[in-house]
Amino acid sequence: MPHRDPLVIAGREYHSRLLVGTGKYRDLEQAGAAIEASGAEIVTIALRRSNIGQDPDAPNLLDAVPPERYTLLPNTAGCYTVKDALRTCRLARELLDGHNLVKLEVIGDERTLYPDVGATLEAAEQLVAEGFEVMAYTSDDPIAARRLEEIGCVAVMPLAAPIGSGLGIQNSYNLLEIVERLEVPVIVDAGVGTASDVAVAMEHGCDAVLLNTAIAGADDPVLMASAMRKGVEAGREAYRAGRIPKRRHAAASSPQAGTFFE
Amino acid sequence: MSTEAEQAVIHVRINGEAAQLPAGASCADVLARLGITEQRRLAVERNEQIVPRSRLAEQELADGDRIEVIQAIGGG
Repeated sequence: MPHRDPLVIAGREYHSRLLVGTGKYRDLEQAGAAIEASGAEIVTIALRRSNIGQDPDAPNLLDAVPPERYTLLPNTAGCYTVKDALRTCRLARELLDGHNLVKLEVIGDERTLYPDVGATLEAAEQLVAEGFEVMAYTSDDPIAARRLEEIGCVAVMPLAAPIGSGLGIQNSYNLLEIVERLEVPVIVDAGVGTASDVAVAMEHGCDAVLLNTAIAGADDPVLMASAMRKGVEAGREAYRAGRIPKRRHAAASSPQAGTFFE
Repeated sequence: MSTEAEQAVIHVRINGEAAQLPAGASCADVLARLGITEQRRLAVERNEQIVPRSRLAEQELADGDRIEVIQAIGGG
């Protein structure tokens, strides 16, 4: 029987430990189907200029992921400055009728899409002061992660590898250090490629995984979404179960005593 | 001195595009002009300040204003 093991972010409980993005899908229908298959309850969105001149009745993303059903997590993707990140979060709050939960990312460089940690800390401080519940995308630097927690972020989200790279966890030791030192949920955000990467992140003790490209970019996004869901569940259960220590030499699984060959 | 015809319009930018509006227009008029009837899934900024949905019709826009009409799209 599965144990009750909710993910708690900003005082709210979630059953799923997989958070997914809504970008890069073929169309809204595919996005909706994949998100459904992922079992995710928290779904990221981006904010952009309304496409002036397009059919005003064209389907809106919020029809595919209705705010009544999902916890929407507006991101500040594409922001390279503190100011742009703050503007984006304030617009998100207006768009979603006072909803305060945001994913803060302040990007430092186009080539790596690595976070500008200094700017992220500054923006986080301001957003927390304005009453936002900040889930902060950051590097795998344990000190930066602790600073974000001290500032009052409701979750700290270190990358596994560069956004969209699919490389999987590149620095297990840093990730373990972050998981061991923080009280708020640690969510691996970005860089995972497939279900085993997700399972490994969860086996490290991460509280959840946030991903987008690994599902949306798969040949069959709906099937990959299902695989990711299982990867998260398997990794979480393995973490809670407590794995055996690794050893160099064999340890027989059948008893040595009682054999009947002389 | 400007003529009455010149006073009748203001020049603004809507999502980065130059546009002319009748003097006295509000953000609600901007949305109507764009054919947007459903305001619920949008957010509007005037000169980088939020204009709350409940007050879209209240403020009179001024010449040189920069209006942003923002919506949710897919992202990670």
